[in-house]
Amino acid sequence: MSQPGLTIALAGNPNAGKTSLFNALTGARQHVGNYPGVTVEKKEGEVRHQGQVVRVVDLPGTYSLTAYSLEELVARNYVIGERPDVVVDVVDAANLERNLYLAVQFMELGAPLVIALNMMDVAEARGMKIDVAKLSQLLGVPVVPTVARTGKGMEELMAAAVEVARAQRPWRPLVISYGSDVDEGLKELTSLLEGKEVRHGLLDARWLALKCLEADQEVLEKLQSDPHLAQRLLPVCRRVADHVRQTMDDEPESVIADYRYGFISAIARQAITWEREVRMDFSDKVDRVLTNRLIGPLFLVGVLYAVYQFVFWASEGPVAGLEAGFGWLGEAVTGLMPEGALRSLLVDGVIGGVGGVLVFVPLIMFMFFAIAIMEDSGYMARVAYLMDRVLRAFGLHGNSVISLIVGGGISGGCAVPGIMATRTLKDPQARLATMLVVPFMNCGAKMPVFGLLIAAFFADKKPEVMFGLTLFAWALALIAARILRSTLLKGEQAPFVMELPPYRTPTLKGLLIHMWERTWQYLKKAGTMLLSVSIVMWALMSFPGLPEERASHYEQALAQAESEQAKTELKNQQASEELAGSLAGRIGQAVSLITAPLGFEWRTNVALLGGLAAKEVIVSTLGTAYSLGKTEGEEGAASLAERLKEEPGWNALNALSLMVFVLIYSPCLATLVVMRRETGSWRWPAFSVVYTTAVAYLMALIVHQGGRLLGLGG
Amino acid sequence: MPEISMRQLQAGQNATVVKITTAGELGRRLRDMGLVPGTPLVVIGRAPLKDPVEIKLRGYNLTLRNNEADHIVVRVEDNQ
Repeated sequence: MSQPGLTIALAGNPNAGKTSLFNALTGARQHVGNYPGVTVEKKEGEVRHQGQVVRVVDLPGTYSLTAYSLEELVARNYVIGERPDVVVDVVDAANLERNLYLAVQFMELGAPLVIALNMMDVAEARGMKIDVAKLSQLLGVPVVPTVARTGKGMEELMAAAVEVARAQRPWRPLVISYGSDVDEGLKELTSLLEGKEVRHGLLDARWLALKCLEADQEVLEKLQSDPHLAQRLLPVCRRVADHVRQTMDDEPESVIADYRYGFISAIARQAITWEREVRMDFSDKVDRVLTNRLIGPLFLVGVLYAVYQFVFWASEGPVAGLEAGFGWLGEAVTGLMPEGALRSLLVDGVIGGVGGVLVFVPLIMFMFFAIAIMEDSGYMARVAYLMDRVLRAFGLHGNSVISLIVGGGISGGCAVPGIMATRTLKDPQARLATMLVVPFMNCGAKMPVFGLLIAAFFADKKPEVMFGLTLFAWALALIAARILRSTLLKGEQAPFVMELPPYRTPTLKGLLIHMWERTWQYLKKAGTMLLSVSIVMWALMSFPGLPEERASHYEQALAQAESEQAKTELKNQQASEELAGSLAGRIGQAVSLITAPLGFEWRTNVALLGGLAAKEVIVSTLGTAYSLGKTEGEEGAASLAERLKEEPGWNALNALSLMVFVLIYSPCLATLVVMRRETGSWRWPAFSVVYTTAVAYLMALIVHQGGRLLGLGG
Repeated sequence: MPEISMRQLQAGQNATVVKITTAGELGRRLRDMGLVPGTPLVVIGRAPLKDPVEIKLRGYNLTLRNNEADHIVVRVEDNQ
């Protein structure tokens, strides 16, 4: 920062309303990125306070500041390394003691702190009365009551934060007692650390000593940079630990945590008065019903079905509108430009390719809206709770279900945000396994392929086939996860231990922001990836073009054609012949020996090749390959379906085999890129391409050959 | 009152944490969530397949698996 503007770091437990507060403070002025080198999301925003611009950095939500998880490490290192002018810790007033555990750790560190005592309304509703002045006095930091959902207290919070930030006082670590044994050890370690270079002149010696006794991996590693010092420190740590184990039958880190909670409980007792104690609140009563042995699973299925219905109902109109819009645009460009390669590139490549994807945006948006409702209301955590036992049997985690649903578990999601949602999984092996099976889900891009083939060959059994494919996708994902977890991704399971936040009515603003964040990820994929891929695919399918004599043959025939219909037919024939001679067509023909046992023609192979880039390409490529100029819109799809029905190389069995193949085979390019970003290497994406395509081949082979043995398909 | 592991608690039963018998990642996580000796809790219920378990402590709800609850020694309190 060149400008001496102030920086506020926003910290807090998950579910404490930190996101709401960040949104209430910064509004739409947000910027989302990553912390350097790690896949932890970093949000930044700006607030205008008394004419001054204040930067707000949203730290990841954490319960603690140990080096236990990546989020905790990122939050801690940001505060230590970047030295924000003030840390605002968002604390859930209704859940004060556990939330103060994080606050106390910031105080131990010594960072300038302001506490936003959030959800005061919920606390009051529970019969809690918090003496804010008393709490502030006992903790020794400013405490500001807020209700982030309604924006209450934001002005006061900013005023308090800016005042602390402007004061620029030196860091003043909180000194509390952790019992005589630990305190003695701390004193000894502190004297060894005092004035040592390894502190970088920044960190408090007692804090470092405390971390040594807590066996904090990161701090211990840092101290190794001074081997001489480490040699003197470690024996003391060991001695204190042994002593604590003998006298208290416990680890020093446990004793330290217990004393922290002791400190917090003493303060809570003085600052909170209970007007009445609610043993079972509204949320618990709802949980009784929604996680009931019988009602719970039924309700879950009902919710998923309702989401599915809602998304398709709500997006029908906008999708049709966009289709019409892109159709109009294509025609307009056709009318404005002379015939030739450039027009073909613009109309077929750019508008057709990118437009074909953008028409899905409403569908995806409504799906993400529905998912945001599930998350913001607190129900998603219950889904994880209900599903954990089942998913664990397959080596996954209760939270994997969120990724699978976002990825298309109830049809119409997208694997890109699905894979990004695996960030909530703390267990690295379970996370990788989830990432590798999310692409099996029925994402929004596979839907039009299924829609087309079902319309052509299973028109009377549409819901059954769709539902069957969804079930098949889940079965496959779970079995694959099980196999991965017992071969490549062996390992102990990480703790499940998870908070179940109280049920809340989501705010529209929150829902819209969450919906938009995910939709934006999808749009970025469409913008950056699909444009280039559409152009490459167009080139593969257009070049080298027809030999001179064939081209002139068509030219003559066209000139002689009498009716408009005859002309269209000729043009379609020409397009089809062009495709056969193109690079993509040649590849399709070259591999047709391999795909023949699956019942695929070379034209299907071309479409599948296009689908490697993005599944959306499959339908439009089939359209061109079967010499249909237009495939977009209701009419186009219907006519392509009619066409396929008449083709000699097609029957219901081939269609089923193709649907199975499309469901399983290689993730699209965008998914692979995200996978690469999230895992840090191309190893897993490469593995993903190979294993999914192998499984797809095997499954389609079983379907097609099995079907033939049963005498189906003919 | 008897000291048992948390796995053995029934829905609706009140108890107080006596000891956490695991160190490392799980132990630290349990403490971060406020499960330290002396903490009162009540079992809200269990998921349909009897695992994981949902408990209420310090005014909030927490869920953990049975094999994690094994490491938490509790003292059963009188039920009113």
